[in-house]
Amino acid sequence: MANISNTHESAGGNLTARALREGFYAGVISLGLFVLFVGLETTQNIRNELVLNQRWGLLAVFVIVAAVGRFLSVAYLRPWLAARKAAASATASTETEESFFKRNFSKIAIVALIFYPPLMVVLFGVQGSLKWVDNFGIQILIYVMLAWGLNIVVGLAGLLDLGYVAFYAVGAYSYALLSQYFGLSFWVLLPLAGILAAFWGMILGFPVLRLKGDYLAIVTLAFGEIIRLVLINWTEVTKGTFGVSGIPKASVFGIWSFDVSAPNNFAKVFELPMSSAYYKIFLFYLILALALLTAYVTIRLRRMPIGRAWEALREDEIACRSLGINTVTTKLTAFAIGAMFGGFAGSFFAVRQGFVSPESFVFLESAIILAIVVLGGMGSLIGIAVAAVVMVGGTELLREMTFLKSIFGPDFTPELYRMLIFGLAMVVVMVLKPRGFVGSREPTAFLKERKNVSGSFTKEGHG
Amino acid sequence: MSDTLLSVQGVETYYGNIRALGGVNVDVKKGEIVSLIGANGAGKSTLMMTICGSPQARTGTITFDGEDITRLPTHLIARRRIAQSPEGRRIFPRMTVYENLQMGASLDNLKYFDEDVEKIFTLFPRLKERQAQRGGTLSGGEQQMLSIGRALMARPKLLLLDEPSLGLAPLIIRQIFDAIKVLNEEQGLTVFLVEQNAFAALKLSHRAYVMVNGQVTMSGSGKELLANPEVRAAYLEGGRH
Ligand SMILES: Nc1ncnc2c1ncn2[C@@H]1O[C@H](COP(=O)(O)OP(=O)(O)OP(=O)(O)O)[C@@H](O)[C@H]1O
Ligand SMILES: [Mg+2]
Repeated sequence: MANISNTHESAGGNLTARALREGFYAGVISLGLFVLFVGLETTQNIRNELVLNQRWGLLAVFVIVAAVGRFLSVAYLRPWLAARKAAASATASTETEESFFKRNFSKIAIVALIFYPPLMVVLFGVQGSLKWVDNFGIQILIYVMLAWGLNIVVGLAGLLDLGYVAFYAVGAYSYALLSQYFGLSFWVLLPLAGILAAFWGMILGFPVLRLKGDYLAIVTLAFGEIIRLVLINWTEVTKGTFGVSGIPKASVFGIWSFDVSAPNNFAKVFELPMSSAYYKIFLFYLILALALLTAYVTIRLRRMPIGRAWEALREDEIACRSLGINTVTTKLTAFAIGAMFGGFAGSFFAVRQGFVSPESFVFLESAIILAIVVLGGMGSLIGIAVAAVVMVGGTELLREMTFLKSIFGPDFTPELYRMLIFGLAMVVVMVLKPRGFVGSREPTAFLKERKNVSGSFTKEGHG
Repeated sequence: MSDTLLSVQGVETYYGNIRALGGVNVDVKKGEIVSLIGANGAGKSTLMMTICGSPQARTGTITFDGEDITRLPTHLIARRRIAQSPEGRRIFPRMTVYENLQMGASLDNLKYFDEDVEKIFTLFPRLKERQAQRGGTLSGGEQQMLSIGRALMARPKLLLLDEPSLGLAPLIIRQIFDAIKVLNEEQGLTVFLVEQNAFAALKLSHRAYVMVNGQVTMSGSGKELLANPEVRAAYLEGGRH
């Protein structure tokens, strides 16, 4: 403590000098890193010759961003963080009553989500709402659901699964193929896709029962790749890299259809102008319902013996066994139930896109879903939802940032920097909130009144 | 007092190629407190773990309540009502005290939970005060109480305790040993106890075994061993608490 205040007093100029120095180093390092990657670009001209383009301007932007960023971080961000930490530890002992908004956050969020599509229609018109409902609403909710599903495996049971996208793929292809070959409807195939994915979850579960941590992660990663490679190479059934297209749309429980030609078309029945927006709004409510189902099941399971067993398993497997818990079935159910929700999300994905191909189920997807779970705080549903909004919504927002073209030049495509921003956001969140957005685990049982034990005191770790 | 509850016959346990137990014979009768003392690395914890099936004995048999449990998986052995407070306590650090106790009662699916948790709280009032606190943030002594409490929640026929006094202040050790005595006398609980604190353990126990290098070298009543010059020289002199 004394140490910190010391540096504060003596070091006004000292700090700036150090920040300048470190900023300079950062600039030099990024110059070295990027001179070949960014400064030079190779393209082919019409005669198939390699042409070397020089992009010194862009390189300069990169270097300046790195240098200035480092300078600001050392000179301002870090002292500010340190001060904030000191202030937080000074006030942490006085528990403050949570505000109304905070206490009822989930209820408010659900109500807001229910009114989200009509609000968008009112604000932007039927056609204009498409972007907001589809790109932001549905896109984010898919990831929320996937992350909540993976949370059962990773967050609750503590089994690090890097191949979760495999179950997403199983669900998507189950719907795509079974509807094409057997003409079954979405409402029949949704549960079926979940069951099939759960089945594959068990198949993965068996061989990895004895594995933990890093080893488990590697094997699940391989499993994800196997599923993807099967989808690519089993061309007679899956049509390989071409993917399956023309996947039928879902109907409102068979009552109203969204096929343009169908007599019971939703827009026709209600004598509305034809638009794909209604279908998207329907899909929005569908994925909202599916996501809420995931959350509901997770919350219920956490209070049941199996959910408690999952959490105990994450903490100490040997202790679990000596308390009579069958760790084999406990792990398998975690894999199966997590996979089932992945399967639901997958069949929803297929119905939304109308097209599936192996390209949608690459490792990067697993990594993003896992990143959302980790950022959310491993186990906290609200934290994960917030993380999904920030990460997926943030990267979607990038598409909207056309003004960036005026800074980086006209052929700057912000989407290409999606992963860069994603990574940056992750680093920032982890620096500010090392245990995720909602880092403290919510107990599931209380005797009488609930004593609030602050999460900030309970350090991660054992013993 | 003559019914044998647990019988360990000629058990050998290996870690890879290393033999940790070399033909151990131990009997625990119903209603007894039996303690096992021995130097570091003698194989005491290994015996406890072997009774629970992890690792499993390579040769020999372990019989509990007339049933051969040598080859049963750990969770099935636990379901025969053998509860253990293992070495290092192994409580669930991120779960609250209350939830830890719930985990202990998972065998009966919380059927007797409300009734039993009150008993635990009477036995260890500290746990009641701390019930909403996370296990990992408890003090060492509190963690030990929780570990024993959690084991008791399973309504065990046999309680295995591995070094319940490890790292605790003399006053807390007294409390815990008193609690064991109360459980034994009032509820007839059978206890098999590993201890470094030989003096206290021998005083508490009906019978005791001494283990050296994976083999039982001496046994007798607690009083006999307390008076035995060899035991005194090896485990008691200079270590009286
Ligand atoms: N997992 C393991 N793998 C290999 N060797 C082990 C393992 N566990 C214990 N051992 C060895 O087995 C022997 C007996 O260990 P054990 O833990 O049973 O001793 P202990 O009597 O409980 O000692 P302490 O009083 O120090 O707890 C020791 O030599 C130890 O090194
Ligand atoms: Mg030991």
